[in-house]
Amino acid sequence: MHVSYVSESGDFPEMPLPLYLERVAAGFPSPAQDYVERALDLNQLLVKHPASTFFVRAEGDSMVEAGIFPDDLLVVDRSLNPADGDTVIAGFNGELTVKQLQLRPVPRLLPCNHRYSPIDIPEGSDLEILGVVTNVIHHMRK
Amino acid sequence: MPVFALVDCNNFYASCEKLFRPDLKNKPVVVLSNNDGCVVARSPEAKALGIKMAVPVFQIREELDRHGVVTFSSNYALYADISQRVMSILEDLAPRVEVYSIDEAFLDLTGMPANPSLEGFGQLLRATVGQWTGISVCVGIAPTKTLAKLANHAAKAWPATGGVVDLTRKERQRKLLALLPVDEVWGIGRRLKARLQKQGIHTALDLADADPHQIRRQFSVVVEKTVRELNGTACLGLEETPATKKEIVCSRSFGERITDFQAMREAISEYATRGAEKLRGEQRTAKQLTVFIRTSQFNSREAQYSNAATLELVIPTDDTRSLIEAAHRGLKSIWKDGYCYAKGGILLTDFYDPYTFQPELFDEARDNPKTRQLMQTLDQINQKGLGRVFFAAQGIQKGWSMKRDYLSPAYTTRWSDLPRVK
Repeated sequence: MHVSYVSESGDFPEMPLPLYLERVAAGFPSPAQDYVERALDLNQLLVKHPASTFFVRAEGDSMVEAGIFPDDLLVVDRSLNPADGDTVIAGFNGELTVKQLQLRPVPRLLPCNHRYSPIDIPEGSDLEILGVVTNVIHHMRK
Repeated sequence: MPVFALVDCNNFYASCEKLFRPDLKNKPVVVLSNNDGCVVARSPEAKALGIKMAVPVFQIREELDRHGVVTFSSNYALYADISQRVMSILEDLAPRVEVYSIDEAFLDLTGMPANPSLEGFGQLLRATVGQWTGISVCVGIAPTKTLAKLANHAAKAWPATGGVVDLTRKERQRKLLALLPVDEVWGIGRRLKARLQKQGIHTALDLADADPHQIRRQFSVVVEKTVRELNGTACLGLEETPATKKEIVCSRSFGERITDFQAMREAISEYATRGAEKLRGEQRTAKQLTVFIRTSQFNSREAQYSNAATLELVIPTDDTRSLIEAAHRGLKSIWKDGYCYAKGGILLTDFYDPYTFQPELFDEARDNPKTRQLMQTLDQINQKGLGRVFFAAQGIQKGWSMKRDYLSPAYTTRWSDLPRVK
């Protein structure tokens, strides 16, 4: 037998080829596959930044006039810079609390329930804003 | 010139534990290893108290109580979720990212305009991760990964750096290397340190100034590469470090001693399941499985027994069912009644890429797409945390499962555990 040298093959990277064992359906593809529109996804609406979004559970009635009831689920985005009037999650006096943030004329945390009084933030006190509440999810059936 | 950044989370586990606990601000916190054995993470306050890493808890229980140190069991669900958030932010901000561990990532910043400065970019990373997740990170920037590691170390050690150190300039590199003992260098462990010291190499700078050829002869190619990296020549690219795993171990010391075969069978099934999940996560299949069990080495009054069985599978697999089956056969062959077993586990070795294994002509090949689908579905359900699907062999009660007395809630991965706000 005659063997002629053509050229060196070089190094080929390994190429895994799948072995098809599954049955293949012949015929018309399902028309549903071509739809570009997707089913609506609440995440898309409620979670703009997945990396910075946390969920917390509301307790107590200090925010009922703002529409936050006990056991409601709050969507909190840490990436937003808290502005005057935002509803925020704050760490204050060693507790997590949800209140409305007032920056002017003086910084205060405002409950949204006339039976509660505003919380003053004395200069140099330990207030940390953990994030801005963007949405409230309230169950309508018990 | 290549530019790498190493981003490293500060006291990661301890910081995660503090995220939703404003009451723990400025309080000392430690996190314990599996089974609440040793200290594996400390908050800065705990470090300041002189609490050491890797100390068994029972040795320092009194000290922890006296200082009011708050103790947590490892909450991997929480750490993994927060880690994934940190990494995704880095991936958004930097062109190329290599996740190096749960709390560290290398970024390739080569060709990034140094305007604003690289240091400014480091500050941007730090500020963004800090605000978005509540985790503080330090950033080290340098022309090689080894130098970036040292830059990061400097950023952590000296608060005046503002948490970011840019080590792209030669003079700054040498200044820092002179300050650091040689075992601060990436890859130089205690053993190597002792050998290097015999050669008069004490600081990182001594190592950088050593003759690479001689180092190669006396030590290894790896140490030679380290020398070149310390001098600013990049030998390690992104993603080159984590060699694909060659083995997977799933094993733990049991919370309570196991004396009964059925309980051990459940534990081993659980480890086989974990192992299979890890294999699929790495996109590998394994052809060898080892089962091992042993009694406690620390209790000399009890009768001692330890044994292992290795089984070769017909074809490499990542199928939980095949692995559990093999693990059962192995366990049966080594099990002996009458001992108090303290530890058991499985080891998976001999890895292949899925699809590439050539079965023997008459092998009963089980690797078909249906299996793959089933395993994917299983992993998806279990990862969603809505509930768990598991094999009956894993058992339902899990009396043998590990001790986690100080476990915090799965704040970010379980609806029932969400932080509560008043």
